[in-house]
Amino acid sequence: MTNALSRLLADRDWLLADGATGTQLFNMGLSSGDAPELWNADHPDRIHRLYSDAVNAGSDLFLTNTFGGNASRLKLHDAQDRVFELNRLAAEIGREVADSAGRPVIVAGSMGPTGDIMVPMGTLTHESAVEMFHEQAEGLKAGGADVLWSETISAPEELKAASEAAKLADMPWCCTMSFDTAGRTMMGLTSAALTALTKRLPQQPLAFGANCGVGSSDLLRTVLGFDGSDIPIIAKGNAGIPKYHDGHIHYDGTPDLMADYACLARDSGATIIGGCCGTTPDHLRRMRAALESRPRGERPTLQQITAKLGGFSSESDGTDGAGPAPRVTRRRARS
Amino acid sequence: MSDEEDDIILSELDDEELVAQMFDDLYDGLKEEIEEGVNILLERKWEPYDILTKALVGGMTIVGNDFRDGILFVPEVLLAANAMKGGMAILKPLLIETGAPRVGKMVIGTVKGDIHDIGKNLVGMMMEGAGFEVIDLGINNSVETYFEALDTEEPDILGMSALLTTTMPYMKVVIDQMVEKGIRDNYTVLVGGAPLNEEFGKAIGADAYCRDAAVAVETAKEFMTRKHNQLAAG
Repeated sequence: MTNALSRLLADRDWLLADGATGTQLFNMGLSSGDAPELWNADHPDRIHRLYSDAVNAGSDLFLTNTFGGNASRLKLHDAQDRVFELNRLAAEIGREVADSAGRPVIVAGSMGPTGDIMVPMGTLTHESAVEMFHEQAEGLKAGGADVLWSETISAPEELKAASEAAKLADMPWCCTMSFDTAGRTMMGLTSAALTALTKRLPQQPLAFGANCGVGSSDLLRTVLGFDGSDIPIIAKGNAGIPKYHDGHIHYDGTPDLMADYACLARDSGATIIGGCCGTTPDHLRRMRAALESRPRGERPTLQQITAKLGGFSSESDGTDGAGPAPRVTRRRARS
Repeated sequence: MSDEEDDIILSELDDEELVAQMFDDLYDGLKEEIEEGVNILLERKWEPYDILTKALVGGMTIVGNDFRDGILFVPEVLLAANAMKGGMAILKPLLIETGAPRVGKMVIGTVKGDIHDIGKNLVGMMMEGAGFEVIDLGINNSVETYFEALDTEEPDILGMSALLTTTMPYMKVVIDQMVEKGIRDNYTVLVGGAPLNEEFGKAIGADAYCRDAAVAVETAKEFMTRKHNQLAAG
């Protein structure tokens, strides 16, 4: 199956994705607590600007403003009946921006988590998760998205549901999980386990990787952990860590640091490289310039990553067998 | 060895072995086994409060520590909390009946504008696992909602959670209003959420920032001990 993203990936050996959506929208006046997705209908000009800012800063691919655009999330704003419409609108605005860029730019339809915990511990069933993601996927497809893009997922079961939804919608699909808990996802999945999981999904992703999480050094350790994958790797790390200053919060990662991160991500094996929370167009411009001007380097060691970007949030990420082991309980020892 | 011989028969274990086995069963998230263990200890005339603190809370402390240390993750903790809940359902009426001392009470909710509640739910479950009474206000709470709950529930602890950098500052709004009303010192205020850190907790005037649910439990216990000591001294 060829599509706009697979063709671009065949032509180029790295792509610059976009940066933060939330950070940018809040700077444009979004109030906390409001659903960003409603702006697709109420303030299309601002969403147009959000996408254009990323493209003008050099992004080859950007995500639509639909992260919380599933029925479960929109229900919190009593907009659960507007899933198709809000997703279609977001992709349509994206299409306009991409088609007038004068170079190939990919519109990736963002699909964030449902926010629910899956059965048996939570309330979300596989069927309802697939249905919700599928509804969102059809809206993104109708609006002209090139590819579906699941992001910030922490549960492997939810990733499977999203993959099945992409298959139902007959759309190419990418996915990234968020490795924010001792180098694993909140649900305990390691980077190596995600690589293995991508081979067992209902639909293989076109590319997969990590987004958000803790700092950029943690994210690169995760990317190194994807070693052994034969599909392109995505790296979308935060611009540092949020800091509180006189009533405001800002991310402490400078554009220069993100430029170093981008090149290290490429050296670590990532093909699609972008930012997440706190990453502004200024960061993206510096990342693009660095990726274009600096030569590829050797695959970095963990020590080289921490030397350039700072320390990790945990000693082990669960892939090196060096982390602490769980308690051996008597029943488990016998089984 | 046959399966029969391999099985652990809880009623055949002496008290010490049984409590150790219940620690294991909480760790493995085995609800029915925990319920059975609680019932056996009740038959052996254990005080409900002792079952709570020595068997259940003791076991959940191990779960909490391994969660804090990145050994166990959310799914295992949810299972353990669920098993704990099974035991608590048996003990709760008996604890009230016997007038057992209260471990502590917490009102918890995500702040106005924030609808992310997985972390907050985890803290609630782990706090219950530690024997606390938890009043969950859910998501998107205004100063007014928090104050109303403080008034009617009379908790020891107020817990606030935020996942967004844009909603974090609202915690300060709540604390400032508590100071203004002169009620700040009546409560221990704990804050948490992915983008927060200790520096932020201090800057807004919270008693403590809790990195995760396990730390929240440890911190809450510590503040309750301090409170008891103060009462005893005063």
